[in-house]
Amino acid sequence: MCGIVGLLARSRELEPTLGQLFVPMLTALTSRGPDSAGFALYDRTVPTGSLRWSLCGEAAGSAVDWRALTDRVETESGSRVSAEDLGAVCFLTTDAAPELVRGVVAAFGGVSVVGFGAHVRLIKDVGTPAEICGRYGITSSAGYLAVGHTRMATESAVTTLHSHPFSPAPDVALVHNGSFSNHATIRRRLADVGITCETDNDSEVAACYIGWRLQRGDDLQEALRHVLKEFDGFFTLAVGAGLEFAVVRDAFACKPLVVAETAEYIATASEYQALAELPGIENARVFEPGPEEISTWTVDG
Amino acid sequence: MTASTIQPNVMTLDVRELGVTEVNRRLRDLPAGASALIVEPRGAHNLGVGMTVPLAITVEGNSGYYLGGLCDGPDFTVRGSVGWGAAENLMSGTVRILGNASESAAASAHGGLVIVEGDASSRAGISLKGGTLVVAGDVGHMSAFMAQAGTILVGGDAGDSLGDSLYEAVVYVAGKVKSLGSDARQVAMDADDISIVQDLCARSGMTHIDAGNITKVASARELYTFDALKNQRY
Repeated sequence: MCGIVGLLARSRELEPTLGQLFVPMLTALTSRGPDSAGFALYDRTVPTGSLRWSLCGEAAGSAVDWRALTDRVETESGSRVSAEDLGAVCFLTTDAAPELVRGVVAAFGGVSVVGFGAHVRLIKDVGTPAEICGRYGITSSAGYLAVGHTRMATESAVTTLHSHPFSPAPDVALVHNGSFSNHATIRRRLADVGITCETDNDSEVAACYIGWRLQRGDDLQEALRHVLKEFDGFFTLAVGAGLEFAVVRDAFACKPLVVAETAEYIATASEYQALAELPGIENARVFEPGPEEISTWTVDG
Repeated sequence: MTASTIQPNVMTLDVRELGVTEVNRRLRDLPAGASALIVEPRGAHNLGVGMTVPLAITVEGNSGYYLGGLCDGPDFTVRGSVGWGAAENLMSGTVRILGNASESAAASAHGGLVIVEGDASSRAGISLKGGTLVVAGDVGHMSAFMAQAGTILVGGDAGDSLGDSLYEAVVYVAGKVKSLGSDARQVAMDADDISIVQDLCARSGMTHIDAGNITKVASARELYTFDALKNQRY
């Protein structure tokens, strides 16, 4: 069992309160996933031409010298780097070349890139949703999209890097409730085309697969159609991709999903109780996407 | 007001204030014939589960999974929608849902009457064991899956694979059937069927269903004993 949550602000007025609305949604699903949690928060604050890198320390509880890492990226690239240090997590925003940033981070050691892009800020950690949201001050976050996950691990280890969302491509973030039975096969096929997953988590394979399809020119709808064709197993997926948000369920609709739609927002969650506190929920159109139905929504850039 | 017209006290239980465990404990303490009003359910699971005496329980708002499950006696009215497995394993009594029901409504119900005034999602009436399910609107895919005994009446349309692997439960559909599941077949309505549907409509308060224009679905009884050597398909 896991919990998934998505909140897309359709009106700009809602964006400053994204974190405030999202945190209760995520914590409402603690019982579905008490061992780890994570979320991708999308906003419009990254300067054009720059990317924001979401980094986290690999060893639990060990301090990372983010200042030293920031200096090293600046020195090697000659670009300015602005750092947002949240302790175990740090965001670096820079127009330095992506390969160079990755190279410096890899050489620095003990740090993983968990997400990057022009919009996304990705945090994941071990613990309850309330602990993690509190640790990183998520309630005050602003933005247009939040995609979150509460994890009850069933097939791979409980670590930060095994937690969701998985974000292998720019501004892509995937959360998954369920399990894939043919992920090893698809993992090998992705390896054949040069895409390697970082963990042995089954959900990461779907994220890498979607990232690969998007890179090949698919839109999100088409990429998810291929997921339905290629992936065997139980799944409800929620995916953020740039300005787009999508949900899809497997052919048996084995894993739950509820969507609430108003003029102000699209809110999705594994269980209705995560939506119950949202403003205007009593007048929202509340529905369950059917099996193999792909729903996508887009906000303006 | 005379003594005979005084309504029995209705106990109000606030889920947000008390939590589900305490709400259910207080319901269990009620004597037969008592009434209770559950407020602020906000999608909470397991409300009213396991009550074994006749009670009149009203739920004001949307509730979560297994509403009224494992009950033997009470009558529920939910002024809202419900999550997965509403009235699961119901033994007797009624569960009336004024909104929609999520997946597996009335799953494994042995007895009693479950009424959904809106739509029911996938697997409505799955593994039904003798209970009765009436849905005013549509039901989702794989409804009546492996249903063993009992009756399902659908006022709207049925989704894909209706009645897959049916045993002896019977499904009546007033609208369209998108597709039948394995071993389900359409059978002719007879006079008994019409009176069963009329009776169900009367008991559940359905006025939009024309008992003379119903699709009846029952088991083809070809998968009761699966025989691989006969190259049976499933």
